[in-house]
Amino acid sequence: MAGAPAPGRSGEAAARAARIRRNWLLAAPALLLLLLAASGPLLVVVVYSVLEPAEYSGVVWELSGEGWFRVLFHRDIFDETVGLADAHLTIFWRSASISLLTTIITLLLGFPTAYFIATRPPRQRTLWLFLVTIPFWTNLLIRTFAIMEVVRNQGILNSWAMAAGIIETPIQILYTDTAVLIGMVYVYLPLMVLPLYAAMERLDFRLVEAAYDLYASRWRVLTRVIVPLVKPGIVAGSILVFIPSLGAYVTPRVLGGGKNMMISNLIELQFGEGRNWPLGAALSMTLLAFVMLALLFYVRNMSRLERRG
Amino acid sequence: MAEPALQPTPGRRFAVRRIPGFATIAAVSFVLLYAPIATLVAYAFNAGDSIALWEGFSLRWFAVAWGNELVQEATVRSLVVAASASAVATAVATMAALGTTRTAPFPGGMLIYALINQPLMVPEIVTAVALLIVFAMVKIATGYSGLGYLIAAHAAFCVPFAYLPIRARLEGMDLSYETAAADLYATPWQTFRRITLPLMSPGIVAGSMLAFVISLDDVVITEFVKSAGQDTLPTYMLGQLRRAVTPEVNAISTALLAVTVLLLSAFFVLNRQRR
Amino acid sequence: MQEAIGRAGAPIDGGRSAAERVMVEARSVSKHFGGGDQVVKALDAVSVGIREGEFFTLLGPSGCGKTTLLRLIAGFEHPTMGAILLDGADISALPPYKRPVNTVFQSYALFPHLTVADNIGFGLQMLGRPKAEIADTVDEMLRMVKMEAMRDRQTAQLSGGQQQRVALARALAPRPKVLLLDEPLSALDLKLRKEMQVELKRLQLETGITFVFVTHDQGEALAMSDRIAVMSEGRILQVGSPHEIYEHPADHFVASFIGETNFLTAAVEGIEAGQVRLRLGGALEVRAGLPEGMTPGERVTVVVRPEHLRIEAAGAGAGLPATVGDVVYLGTDTHYHLRLADGEALFARVQNRPEGGDGWQAGDAVAATFPPSAVRVLRD
Repeated sequence: MAGAPAPGRSGEAAARAARIRRNWLLAAPALLLLLLAASGPLLVVVVYSVLEPAEYSGVVWELSGEGWFRVLFHRDIFDETVGLADAHLTIFWRSASISLLTTIITLLLGFPTAYFIATRPPRQRTLWLFLVTIPFWTNLLIRTFAIMEVVRNQGILNSWAMAAGIIETPIQILYTDTAVLIGMVYVYLPLMVLPLYAAMERLDFRLVEAAYDLYASRWRVLTRVIVPLVKPGIVAGSILVFIPSLGAYVTPRVLGGGKNMMISNLIELQFGEGRNWPLGAALSMTLLAFVMLALLFYVRNMSRLERRG
Repeated sequence: MAEPALQPTPGRRFAVRRIPGFATIAAVSFVLLYAPIATLVAYAFNAGDSIALWEGFSLRWFAVAWGNELVQEATVRSLVVAASASAVATAVATMAALGTTRTAPFPGGMLIYALINQPLMVPEIVTAVALLIVFAMVKIATGYSGLGYLIAAHAAFCVPFAYLPIRARLEGMDLSYETAAADLYATPWQTFRRITLPLMSPGIVAGSMLAFVISLDDVVITEFVKSAGQDTLPTYMLGQLRRAVTPEVNAISTALLAVTVLLLSAFFVLNRQRR
Repeated sequence: MQEAIGRAGAPIDGGRSAAERVMVEARSVSKHFGGGDQVVKALDAVSVGIREGEFFTLLGPSGCGKTTLLRLIAGFEHPTMGAILLDGADISALPPYKRPVNTVFQSYALFPHLTVADNIGFGLQMLGRPKAEIADTVDEMLRMVKMEAMRDRQTAQLSGGQQQRVALARALAPRPKVLLLDEPLSALDLKLRKEMQVELKRLQLETGITFVFVTHDQGEALAMSDRIAVMSEGRILQVGSPHEIYEHPADHFVASFIGETNFLTAAVEGIEAGQVRLRLGGALEVRAGLPEGMTPGERVTVVVRPEHLRIEAAGAGAGLPATVGDVVYLGTDTHYHLRLADGEALFARVQNRPEGGDGWQAGDAVAATFPPSAVRVLRD
């Protein structure tokens, strides 16, 4: 009879439940694949970090704090005193400082580059972006190798410096921290340019005109108008460079040799000669924790920036 | 009194957008970006044995790479893994995109999105280590040591790269097409096959191409997951870099570069046409 | 004769004979969006019956619920309460692809990857008709909307008006029992719009299919419809023929939404033989009919359409004394904004004559006259 609520309402709720079921079913294969081959194994790592290292490789299934302990500390084999693991700390420090320097340098280089592209006539911009994108999509190994060629004793830098008479014998750049830094800047520069460009493209240049109208100098316009307006792009680019560079593996391995290790090389060591899987697991989790923290910081800042408009 | 001849007004136009020094730095950046690659490509054509001493033009290193059995194996393996991983990742990502786009928020939606994009957030070394451990256990339990591990690992981290373009394409699609199809007696399956899928296809193609390139490129995870002798092209090159480097590596790099540029150009052209 | 407004439970009819079959019926249908204390009642216990073969229009401003009601008939939304019936059968639970109802969308929603012919034939394809039949029907539809030349074009290459005709053909090809049109002309320019209004009316008469048309343009509704349902805020306020809606608006909203009108308060002086004696503007006495079943209080609101008013010299017979305010010349008419003695405003539309107007100017004292039949009492 007219006005009956029952069939209408349960029909709506049933439709909604069916939709939710359908969404989960469709997403299920992806979730399964990722749980088995990406997320799930991370839990295993957590477990391994609290087990006892076996003699050659793998673990002994006994609980042990060795792994986590060795991350920061070091027990002298002779007198059992506990001290800080200097080698590890050096590596943490190197990773953090190189990542930070990389971020700063790519920002200094990338900001003008993104600005340049954003101020080209619209037709040209696609071409310039394409030119920036090609290095980005080139194999990481190839790019690192290219820097290796440039930086080695017989490479371009040294050959030209010697030909120009600036130096007499080649400076050893390869296998130093400097080489790693150069490599990282080279690899991550496009990653800084792209989000900066995205923010600058949206910049309303009438605001810049207004600033000039109100007696601002070019420098002031840059610092007081352009930079603040483009801040979301700066933050996005910085995070996009800093976080991956913390976990960089290929670049420090190829350009740093075995000596100038960053965190990921240290982790690899534990699964090779270091023969300490639990330590490797603990180090992985530490790296992951830092990355997650940085991401959280980024997300919180982005929403705050967006709210301010 | 005679009027003076008209002259153009002296002085230059005030360039609002110009910031002094920026164009120079930009130029420097572009040079910095391309000089190393240019050198690398140049030395692929080096007649001599060195990667730094130019001794004349020659294609010999391409021939060497071409004839090198290890390189051939590695290339085939790379292509097989990339194709399989891309296929799996695209299929799975398409379904996931259909389930998570153009729908009202539902419980668990955020979780699904986070899980799918997890490879983008977790450092590769961490995933590599995790897979090393897990696959080692599986290897002991089952004795299997084929390409399956590599394909599974690649498929997993390729999923977000396939997912994002497909999702973008889907979100831009007006729901009214599917509504119209239902209005015209198409069952949900018919609507999907005749309307949704064809309209989604540019996104699916883009996603699969992206996944393919990402898989082809991967170094870290492959290095940790592969069994002995199971080199892909990047891991082969990595191995070569630790020994005496010859221009063979340059030759391989140049070839890979050419393929990437070709694929990227195709991608750009396709995208522009779709407007 | 005025039509009753829909009330819960009672099926609607009026106007024509009750022997006409009801094709689409909404029985006390409600649609709520959202939940808790943020519920939006898009439709609130709406009941209406649409007859077979008529051109029925849902008219109202944005947000009144007309599109929601249309979508409920089509099957794209599920009623929260109540039922939708088609030809007597309850279709509330049927998915859209099982209802013999087709829609012309506001955005046309032509499939961009199919040609014009493929679009038109889509519904028949989904129904599994043989290829020969589909081809014949597509040809027939193309002829009907005069688009034969565009048969193999991609839909993106068509102009707005052409797309609209293809959308129409696509919806008519499967010979639905009911055709739903969701503001199909809103994207067209004025001239094209007027042409399409004539076209649509012609098509409806030719095919005999029941049309349910949604629009916010009251001129369009008046021009094309057999009957109109005026809606506001999720409710149907009045259902009737264009003449009824215009001349006998049921309430304040309908009177002001359809055409322009004057609202005056009148004092009730007495009721005799089904008519009420009113005193307007403190001066004029008038007799008017009362709406069915209405018991007036001391004062009522009456409406007088501006085109029924004439302006004469002050003191000339039975008229409301007023002062002329603004005079606006509009080519076909001249609008006079008058003010009555008690302050109420009156607005008269006088058609311009070739020999010139009366030359009333601001400040003149005049009398506004109108035939007694022009006064309508509004239901409270």
